[in-house]
Amino acid sequence: MAEPVPFRGGGFQPRARRLVAVATLAVLVAGWSLASRAGWVSPIALPPPEEVATALVRLARSGELARHLAASLSRLVSGFALGAGAGVVVGLAIGLVSLARSAGMPVIAALFPIPKIALLPLFVVWFGIGEASKVATIAFGAFFPMAVATYGGVDGVDRTLIRMAQSFGLPTLSIVRKVVLPGALPAMLSGTRIAAAIAIILIVAAEMIGANEGIGAFILAAGNLMQTDQLVAGVVVLSVLGLTVSGLIGAAESVLLRWRR
Amino acid sequence: MRLVAERIGHGYGALDVLSDISFSVADGEIVAVVGPSGCGKSTLLRILGGLERPRAGRALIEGTAPPGSLNPITFVFQDFALLPWRTVAGNVALVLEDRPLAAAERREMVAGALARMGLADFADAYPKQLSGGMRQRVGLARALVVRPAVLLMDEPLSALDAQTRELLMDDLTGLLAAERFAGVYVTHNLGEAVRLARRILVMSRRPGRVRSVVEIARPIAGRSAGDAELAAAAQAIWESLREEAVAADRELADG
Ligand SMILES: Nc1ncnc2c1ncn2[C@@H]1O[C@H](COP(=O)(O)OP(=O)(O)OP(=O)(O)O)[C@@H](O)[C@H]1O
Ligand SMILES: [Mg+2]
Repeated sequence: MAEPVPFRGGGFQPRARRLVAVATLAVLVAGWSLASRAGWVSPIALPPPEEVATALVRLARSGELARHLAASLSRLVSGFALGAGAGVVVGLAIGLVSLARSAGMPVIAALFPIPKIALLPLFVVWFGIGEASKVATIAFGAFFPMAVATYGGVDGVDRTLIRMAQSFGLPTLSIVRKVVLPGALPAMLSGTRIAAAIAIILIVAAEMIGANEGIGAFILAAGNLMQTDQLVAGVVVLSVLGLTVSGLIGAAESVLLRWRR
Repeated sequence: MRLVAERIGHGYGALDVLSDISFSVADGEIVAVVGPSGCGKSTLLRILGGLERPRAGRALIEGTAPPGSLNPITFVFQDFALLPWRTVAGNVALVLEDRPLAAAERREMVAGALARMGLADFADAYPKQLSGGMRQRVGLARALVVRPAVLLMDEPLSALDAQTRELLMDDLTGLLAAERFAGVYVTHNLGEAVRLARRILVMSRRPGRVRSVVEIARPIAGRSAGDAELAAAAQAIWESLREEAVAADRELADG
C-alpha cells in the first residue's frame, strides 16, 4: 500500500495583494455606513461616511482644506528636513567616529524617550509662539529615530567591504560615500518611515496646542463646535497624508534599493 | 619588487596567533600558505597587505613597484567582497574612480579587465544575479584592473563548488603564467597549492610558525592536474601537516 508523503511545507510567506487591501477598506467603509443608517451609532457621535465625504468636498471647494493643509505641510516638510538631515549627520558621526559615538550614544539614550510634545512649551519660550517652535518640535521628533537608524545601519555594513575598499587605496571620503552610505541605506529608509510617522503625530499635536491654521487646529476647532463631520473629514485627511508619505518612501525604496531584488 | 615578511608575530589579547614568520615573495613568484584552521593565515595576509599592524616584525616592500601599477599589493577575497549595489562594471570601476585617469581611459581599462575574465556580457549585471564562479571572476577582474605586482589571495576558490573551482583554477593559472604576477595564495586545498606555487609554506597550528617549506621547480605552465611530481609534493605536505591538523582539531574541540 502506498500513501503520498503528507505535505508539511508552505505558509509563512505573506504576500500583499492590492485587491484584498482595497476590498478590506471598502468593507470597513460600507459597515460604517450601514451602522450609521441603521441607527446603531448616533450621527452626532460618528457621522456616516457620505456626510464626511460631503464635508470634505465642501472644505476643498471653499479653499479651507488647501489653507490648512498648506500650513501643516510647510511645517512638516521644514521640520522633517531639518530633523532627519541632522539625524543622518549625527548618526553617521556616531557610526564612524569613536569620540562622536562615546558622546552621542548616552545623549540619545537620555533624550529619545522624552515625549517631544512635552517640549513644545519650552520651545515656545525659546522661539516664540510662531512657526519656529512647531518646526523645532517636529525636527526634534524626527531627529532621534533617524540618528538611531543611521548609526544602526552604519554598524551593520559588512566590514569586509570596508577592508576591501581600504585595500584598494580608496580615500576615506569615498569609502563613506560609496560603501558605508549605500550599505546603511536600507536601515536609513526604514528610519525615515518611523521619523515621518512621528513627525505627522507631532505636527497635529503641536497645532492643537497653539495654531490657528493647520489640520490639527482645524480638527480641534471642529470638535469644539461639535462638527463631527468636519472633524472626521480632518482625520481622513491625516490618514491620506500618512498613506501618501508611506507611498513616497515605498517608491524611494523601490528605486534606491533595486539592487536588493 | 619583492614582498618580505620579516619575523612577523601577532596576537589578539592573550591569544598568540602568529610567531616569527619570515619569508619573501620575489617577482613573478607564487608562494602558497597552508596550515591548520585558525593558525593565522588570514591574519598574516592582512598584515602583508597593510590592513593590520603586526605586534612584532614587519612587512616590507623591497624595490619599487613596476611602472603603471596603481595598487601594487592587491587582495582577492574569499567571499568576493563585491558591492551588491553596484553592477559588475561598477564594482571594477570602483577601484579606479579615485585615481587620476581620464574617463575614457578608465572605461577602457574596465572593459579590458572584464573581457580578460570573460565577463564582457555581464558588465551590467548585479553580483546577486551571478554564480559564485562569475562573482569571483569579477573579484579577479577588479584585482587585475589596478595592475598589481603582488596578489594576496585568501582561499579565493573555497567558496565555490568543485567543478567551478576547477574551471577557475584554469583561469587563474593562465592569468598568473601570462601576467607574471607575484602572489601569496592561502588555501586548505593542497592540490591548488601544488598547482600554483613555486614554494609552499606549511604552517604549524596556533601560534602559527613556518613548519616547513616545500619547493616545486617546474614552471606553472607545465603542470597538470594528474602530475606524479605534484602528487608527491602534496603527499609530503600532507605528512608535514597531518600531526598539526590532528592537534589543532583536538585543540578546537577542547575549546
Ligand atoms: N580581529 C580578531 N580579533 C580576535 N581574534 C581574532 C581576530 N582575527 C582572528 N582572530 C583569531 O586569530 C586566530 C587566527 O585567525 P585566522 O583567521 O588568521 O586563521 P586562519 O588560519 O585564516 O584560519 P582558517 O583556515 O579557518 O581561515 C583565530 O583563532 C581567530 O579566532
Ligand atoms: Mg582564514
